[in-house]
Amino acid sequence: MTDNSENYTAAGEVGSHRTRRTRYQRAMIGLGKAPITAWFGMIIVAIYIFVAIFAPFIAPYGEAEVFPTPYEPWSAEFIFGTDQIGRDVFSRLIYGARNTVGIALFTTILAFLIGGGLGLVAAISRSWLDHLLSRAVDVLMSIPSLIFALVLLSIFPPSIISLIIIIAVLDSTRVFRLTRSVALNVVVMDYVETAYLRGERLGWIMRREILPNIMPPLVAEFGLRFCFVFLTIAALSFLGVGIQPPTADWGSMVRENASLIQFAAYDIKAGLTPLLPAAAIALLTVAVNFIVDWFIHQTSGLRDDH
Amino acid sequence: MHPVVKTVLHRLALGVVTLFVVSVVIFTAVQLLPGDFGEAVLGQAATEETKAAFRRELGLDKPAVLRYFDWLGGVLTGDFGTSFSGRAASGVDRSREVADLIAPRLWNTLFLACYAAVIAVPLALIMGITTALWRNSIYDGVANASALTTISFPEFFVAYILILLLASLNPVFPSLANVDSSISFWDRVYTLALPALTLTLVIVAHMMRMTRAAIINLLASPYIQMARLSGAPPREVILKHALPNAWAPIATVIAFNLAYLVVGVVVVEVVFVYPGVGQLMVDAVTSRDIPVVQACAMIFAATYIMLNLIADIIGIVTNPRLLHPR
Repeated sequence: MTDNSENYTAAGEVGSHRTRRTRYQRAMIGLGKAPITAWFGMIIVAIYIFVAIFAPFIAPYGEAEVFPTPYEPWSAEFIFGTDQIGRDVFSRLIYGARNTVGIALFTTILAFLIGGGLGLVAAISRSWLDHLLSRAVDVLMSIPSLIFALVLLSIFPPSIISLIIIIAVLDSTRVFRLTRSVALNVVVMDYVETAYLRGERLGWIMRREILPNIMPPLVAEFGLRFCFVFLTIAALSFLGVGIQPPTADWGSMVRENASLIQFAAYDIKAGLTPLLPAAAIALLTVAVNFIVDWFIHQTSGLRDDH
Repeated sequence: MHPVVKTVLHRLALGVVTLFVVSVVIFTAVQLLPGDFGEAVLGQAATEETKAAFRRELGLDKPAVLRYFDWLGGVLTGDFGTSFSGRAASGVDRSREVADLIAPRLWNTLFLACYAAVIAVPLALIMGITTALWRNSIYDGVANASALTTISFPEFFVAYILILLLASLNPVFPSLANVDSSISFWDRVYTLALPALTLTLVIVAHMMRMTRAAIINLLASPYIQMARLSGAPPREVILKHALPNAWAPIATVIAFNLAYLVVGVVVVEVVFVYPGVGQLMVDAVTSRDIPVVQACAMIFAATYIMLNLIADIIGIVTNPRLLHPR
């Protein structure tokens, strides 16, 4: 600050240092201090989002376009060769970003809407509803979710919608538990009581009083849940009961091309083909985990407002 | 009655209740099946008589509550009903008892799970404890980074990497786990090397991280610091002061991860075409063979609940503080 002595005031100097940075500025400063692993994670996630959005423009061929030669080797025409019925693996990998990641993201959001909403209601009301929901969640969580998902998938018709709903409901149990336990600490605060006395409705108290105060753990949980949902859907698709062909999906692509791995000794590239979609899944999960790690460190550790 | 016995009995009762509720959930979930079992299984060409006979066999003419207790009674005596597959529209019935389908496969699955556990548990405990003792060393950093990476990998990715490296490029182990009852124990161990190794890698990562966190937590407690300040040698601090309190968290970690093994085994069995319960369940889901799905789900859920119960009980028995909550 270059103040000339005529209009200098102590209050002015103190005041000028107290200018609050906007949310955007604080975010940029936070990003600047992010460790290399977090940067790596963010760049990877950004690439995935870009590929998912612009898939039709990047992919050389269509998602279900069939060419006459199955199991074509890697070449300039087909970058990663073709699969068992002659579809371009590279194009399907790109469309897979859209389908697999999109479905997993949508499922996670749905799980958070169900589990988060019910968790907040349970924490606020603390009545028979809370008991009922908590016991129901206990039962659902005592069955491994992959097993329960398999049971439900054997009943409902195989479609993406039933897959999304089944996984979202099963996963919302974990979200419910977390939301309820963190919200319970906030519900007893005086300002929530004040809001009640002011005559605010349940919806307002949930959104404006409690939600902002439990956001950091929920955001971290969102990242971890996304990884879990993503891996579950990939596993189900790999088992052949998740996302159905001809939709390009990384889990089922691994299954379809798995037999190629036996030829790795003769053509290492062919042997790598089934590993590509699996590696795509693994890379995204690692990237999200890195970001979540950094985020948890940021929000739980010393929080300096610089 | 001694409070330990009382708490343990309480947990056991709770476990039985959970198991009962889970069986109700699995049973009712299947009742939601839209449409007619008879037509779905026997096909459009089935005559009315065959369909009626099939319905009578399933007890669909009885109320659902009665059917549930029939089914539960069967499950408790090891009778899971008859598989849907192998039935034809003409009324020819070549279907098999679910219990006969499951029994040999259950043994296979248990063998694989125990094989993986025998390698994974000691390895994970040693790694968890050593990384906790030498934390922030290079060894700790490398072990942690690789554990975090392995956790992020889907099981089938780990499995196929191992197949590529150890079966396809360097043919050390077979890539398919073809077993039947005739092969000897050591042949079986050799054939199952890759599936067991996959499961081991997946659960060692989880187990190591959890053990490390538990031990670090423990070493930070004031009484350990006090023991150190009093001049006790490091070995005595670990063995005499830390270890007795570490049993409970370690037991929990082990049981929790063995329960995780229950889920991991499904994917790994499919990758290696291993004739176990997991593969049977996936096949049954694809062909909508409801009695088989129900039976497999019950087995998996019961194992899962039981392992968690054992973890709880070990936690109570080894940690006297848990006996007096609040």
